[in-house]
Amino acid sequence: MTGVQILFYAFATMMVLSALMVITVRNPVRSALFLVLTFVSCSAIWLIMQAEFLAIVLVLVYVGAVMVLFLFVVMMLDINIARLKEGFISYLPVGIGIAGLFGGMLAYLLYHMDASDVKTKMRSLYPPASKPADYSNTEELGEVLYTVYVYPFEIAAVILLVAIVAAIALTFRRRSNTKYQNPDVQVAVKRDDRVRVVKMDSEDKK
Amino acid sequence: MEFIAAYLPSAMTNDATIAQLPLAMPEIILLCMACIVLVVDLFLTDKTRGGTYILSQITLVALIVITTMTFAKQDTIAFNGTFIRDGMGDLLKIFIYIATFAVFLYSKSYLKARDIYKGEYYVLGLFGVLGMMIMVSAQSFLTIYLGLELLSLCMYAMVALQRDSIIASESAMKYFVLGAIASGMLLYGMSMIYGATGSLELSTISSEVAAQQQNIILIFGLVFVVVGVAFKLGAVPFHMWLPDVYQGSPTAVTIFIGSAPKIAAFAMMMRLLVDGLGALHVQWQDMLMIMAIASMAIGNVVAIAQTNLKRMLAYSTISHVGFIMLGVMTATKEGYAASMFYTITYTLMALGAFGMIMLMSRMGFESDKLDDLRGLNHRSPWFAFMMLIFMFSMAGVPPFVGFWAKLQVLKSVVSIDLIWLALIAVIFSIVGAFYYLRVIKLMYFDTPQETSGIEAASDLRLLLSVNGIVVLALGLYPQLIMGIITSVI
Repeated sequence: MTGVQILFYAFATMMVLSALMVITVRNPVRSALFLVLTFVSCSAIWLIMQAEFLAIVLVLVYVGAVMVLFLFVVMMLDINIARLKEGFISYLPVGIGIAGLFGGMLAYLLYHMDASDVKTKMRSLYPPASKPADYSNTEELGEVLYTVYVYPFEIAAVILLVAIVAAIALTFRRRSNTKYQNPDVQVAVKRDDRVRVVKMDSEDKK
Repeated sequence: MEFIAAYLPSAMTNDATIAQLPLAMPEIILLCMACIVLVVDLFLTDKTRGGTYILSQITLVALIVITTMTFAKQDTIAFNGTFIRDGMGDLLKIFIYIATFAVFLYSKSYLKARDIYKGEYYVLGLFGVLGMMIMVSAQSFLTIYLGLELLSLCMYAMVALQRDSIIASESAMKYFVLGAIASGMLLYGMSMIYGATGSLELSTISSEVAAQQQNIILIFGLVFVVVGVAFKLGAVPFHMWLPDVYQGSPTAVTIFIGSAPKIAAFAMMMRLLVDGLGALHVQWQDMLMIMAIASMAIGNVVAIAQTNLKRMLAYSTISHVGFIMLGVMTATKEGYAASMFYTITYTLMALGAFGMIMLMSRMGFESDKLDDLRGLNHRSPWFAFMMLIFMFSMAGVPPFVGFWAKLQVLKSVVSIDLIWLALIAVIFSIVGAFYYLRVIKLMYFDTPQETSGIEAASDLRLLLSVNGIVVLALGLYPQLIMGIITSVI
């Protein structure tokens, strides 16, 4: 076993285990933190495969931005775990049955698959050739993204636009009965708007 | 990277890409117009919202004209093998525009009465059309998936657009979760096929698949791809979302989900299974056959038990999807043409049936119960007749177009010597005729619950009449569409 292989298996095991923990731990904050660990080990595997740009982006975007926001939301919401777990036991036998069926079928197929078949037919399983130190992964990706994949790239941009429009359409609402302050009006208010001086004759005591 | 680079389509020069832009002219125009509608809508008030509506309709009409004028005579693959312009795609696109045009027109007064007459409905609708167009003319896994996501995202948001309705939010949630699972399945399958063939491009995949048919990884991937497609089409056993979403959404959104996206889903099935994985047809024929039989059985039988018209139409959709799959299952040109004919004509019928619900609904009254149709003939003989056309056509009664659609599919099934399968399809169609005929019985032989006439905008009445007459006319002259379909497929 080479050093790279040892690293790969170490990170891969960590990734699978932490992914398992994401769905098994009871505390949602811990679950989110385990997801962070999954992403970090995944980015390490990408580094082994010499895809350093993807590895960095995964850490920056997912770990740095998305998961932090996610943690905020999880911590702010009071999630009732007991209610979420309701019915877990009663559905468990069905779940295990279906999972077992699928697992059995997959195992059957894999058992009948010739190992040499995989090597010749899954060409993408070959390790990538090593590159010189000054090789820029980012440049390579950028070049492909804006030339070969320009059409899918544009579509992805449209999807992001639609996501923004949809999110705003679903959350931004101006309720007719909401009470809110208008600082502009508050500042511009004059004495006459609020105070009414009523002149009246003093009453005589009789 | 070296390995990947070896399998990348060779990058074209920028000039070559720019020279190919006119091929995607309809997509580009729609994208620009959708953005313009988005911005213009900001400056409109609820009173002048008609501007958004008119602008959207003008866009769709312009697209119909442009695509018809530049109708593809031969197949052209562009943008490094991610895009294809062919006759089948153009024909399907034209019907998508027509269906969306009808959807917008049908739903206008419905939206106004329910306070969801918002620019977002039209913007999301137009972006949804863009997603469908991308799916229809996709030539690689990447574009199929991106188009599908664009369409799905628009539909999830549209279902939830009526924010104060709990049932709409619930069905949007269901739709979103199940749609995400389906997309996951599809992606999983695509990744396996990519692993085996080393390409995302359908033409390369097609030749690679033909060279290594016995590769178990390909069959593995195929299963997941078929599951993803079946989810999106709503075939049994992946149909559970359909009735809930149809019933829960506002009718204006149900009519959108139930019409044009079916055409896009059919195109996705054709691109993936026929164009990409055609060499594996022995494998997917069995899968489609089982799903088609199950869809026809469950769709037709469960529809009988429904009292809600929208839910009944959802189950009827499931049974029609079974027929559409049956045609593709034959893996012959006649079968594909029959399925395409079925998809297009089904869309026209579904538009009419949901249009009827919107015609009869008014503020605070949904009119989506079967009982609401009671005695329609006394209230409006003309629209009762229109509904009769749609129901007879869906049931497959001649001379309406639904009969020809069923006949074409059955003919193609018989031509590959699966007579027993055709018999099963006929038996379930007869079972299905029960609930279509029940609607007609309610309309003509029952006494109405209310006697007031039907009040609806004149444009809605006109379109519904045209829709009914088209279903009748195509039934009398099915060659009008069938001729074009056989020439493009």
